[in-house]
Amino acid sequence: MIGFLIQRLIQAIAVVFVMSLIVFVGVYAIGNPIDVLIDPAADQALREALIRQYGFDQPLPVQYVTFLGNMLTGDFGESFVYRLPVLDLILSRLPATLELALSAMLIATLVGIPLGIWAGYKPDSLSAKLIMGFSVLGFSVPTFWVGLLLIMVFAVELGWLPSGGRGPTQEVMGVDVSILTGEGLSHILLPAFNLALFKLGLLIRLARAGMVEVMSSDFVRFARAQGLPERQVVSLHVLKNIAIPIVTVFGLEFGSTLAFAVVTETIFNWPGMGKLIIDSIMLLDRPVMVAYLILVVILFVTINLVVDLTYGQLDPRIRTKGAA
Amino acid sequence: MSDVVLSVQGLETAFSTRAGTFKAVDGVSFDVGRGEIVGLVGESGSGKSVTGYSILGLVEPPGRIVGGRVELDGENLLALAPEKMRRMRGARVAMVFQDPMMTLNPVLRIGTQMIAAVRAHDPVSKADARTRARDALGIVGIPSPEERLDAYPHQLSGGMRQRVAIATALLHRPAVIIADEPTTALDVSIQGQILAEVRRLADETGTAFVWITHDLAVVSSLADKVCVMYAGRIVERGPADDVIASPRHPYTAGLLASVPSLHEPGAPLPQVPGSAPPPLQRPEGCAFRPRCARASEACLADPPLATFDDARRAALCHHPIEPDAWTSFSTSTASRNAS
Repeated sequence: MIGFLIQRLIQAIAVVFVMSLIVFVGVYAIGNPIDVLIDPAADQALREALIRQYGFDQPLPVQYVTFLGNMLTGDFGESFVYRLPVLDLILSRLPATLELALSAMLIATLVGIPLGIWAGYKPDSLSAKLIMGFSVLGFSVPTFWVGLLLIMVFAVELGWLPSGGRGPTQEVMGVDVSILTGEGLSHILLPAFNLALFKLGLLIRLARAGMVEVMSSDFVRFARAQGLPERQVVSLHVLKNIAIPIVTVFGLEFGSTLAFAVVTETIFNWPGMGKLIIDSIMLLDRPVMVAYLILVVILFVTINLVVDLTYGQLDPRIRTKGAA
Repeated sequence: MSDVVLSVQGLETAFSTRAGTFKAVDGVSFDVGRGEIVGLVGESGSGKSVTGYSILGLVEPPGRIVGGRVELDGENLLALAPEKMRRMRGARVAMVFQDPMMTLNPVLRIGTQMIAAVRAHDPVSKADARTRARDALGIVGIPSPEERLDAYPHQLSGGMRQRVAIATALLHRPAVIIADEPTTALDVSIQGQILAEVRRLADETGTAFVWITHDLAVVSSLADKVCVMYAGRIVERGPADDVIASPRHPYTAGLLASVPSLHEPGAPLPQVPGSAPPPLQRPEGCAFRPRCARASEACLADPPLATFDDARRAALCHHPIEPDAWTSFSTSTASRNAS
């Protein structure tokens, strides 16, 4: 177990390192940020001074090594636009995105998995067919369109829910949270549902597919032959067996939701990281882009590690292989 | 052996497919006495497994039981409401399946699965259920059962897993256990151990077994009675030793003739010509007619049930084989009786 963790940790560090190189070179290739930073009317001397100040006169490898060295001490530099340390900037936006992503995942999981299990348990019933039809809609209709539609219906026509923004937040252990108040909840409902829809469709299909497969297995038949009540056949014998693909997709989706909730955040004017990265790309705010992408890599690596550890908890056969 | 615990009467199970409806089980009747082992023998597709599932009410759509009675101690199981039938399963009539690799849930400990099986019928504490599970493992000859309870199925061998399955089936001391080819997937030596164990369990606990198999050698060493199935019907039944010593139905005779161990080494093996008819294309009258050397015009009509030996034996045939016409296996039969 410890060996497995160490091995994964080394892999993770390698991935982050390689990724930092790719990101850095990629962003370098985009163009010279100095043109964005400086007033076009500035004179040559000021220009030269600024270039030297940011180290843009150094060759690329030197710039990268300097960047790497700073990164290892937790210093990702300062945003060209906001004049703030990048890490602080991103971390100040993280809670909003985290809250939105978690709410979306919660909706997708609590609604999608039960629906999928039902659709797999009674695959020929009308309700199952309706659920499957809904799931196709869920992951084929574009997010931005659904988002606009939600605003149209619930904010504009019905006026039940606000059309955007985060609403009032409360500080819980140093982190801003908005879901604790009724008004905050009303703000998060639409974007969270919008973001959840795709995952909802995906989880329904995964749960259904797993269900159909496991329900026809011999051990389910054997459990029925022992006279176990159907509810227990499903909860004890089936759930754990369909969990592995669900956990895998859950992890990937959670990561990508955190990193790329851009569309939803833009439509609902949600002050999260997605908006930050779009703004920084527009303004060629290089430190923010680089730091953000590296943060995303770390996020994915961490989530995948947790997913891998969960496999071992779910399936003892994986655990034994890991130990050997 | 006299009191009947399980009586199957005229059982019919039909499957509806797009191509049409056919009866996988077509009027099957047999009795099982207390502590008796009845072998249900037949080729793949003869309906022997579906018979087993029908007894437990576990036939899955598109299958459906359309006729007959399954009486357990005089109570017709087919008339029970689903919830009542569930209470019967595992408690009064249990089942063991073919592939021990697949019948235990790979992600749950043996103990977890057995404790759930105990508590499905008896509201006892987990600790009590665990004790009963441990005792059951001991009964089927599993060494250090306490530790096995904490093992996962993949940590046990195939033979051990099948013992666990049998122990699980035995938890509530059911009157009957339906065993669907439980030793087919195992090594011959392990198979022998399990058969000996089952014979002992039937004698000691009074649990009866319906042993579904295609292997006549298993039947000859294990069963008290044998029912031979062909195309959804029981074509011959009787005491196992008698049926194997002198089969009355041509199909049984053909099966026995094609068992390799009964022959001279190197000699070509007799076969039953042709193959079993697809369920939707069963011939009129006797389904075995096209493959039968003794067939005549009369076989176009449904075969009558001919009984012998004071009705202890029966064959569904127009032209049953006379006892003295069956001599070719006398030597091998003698050697088997001697051993």
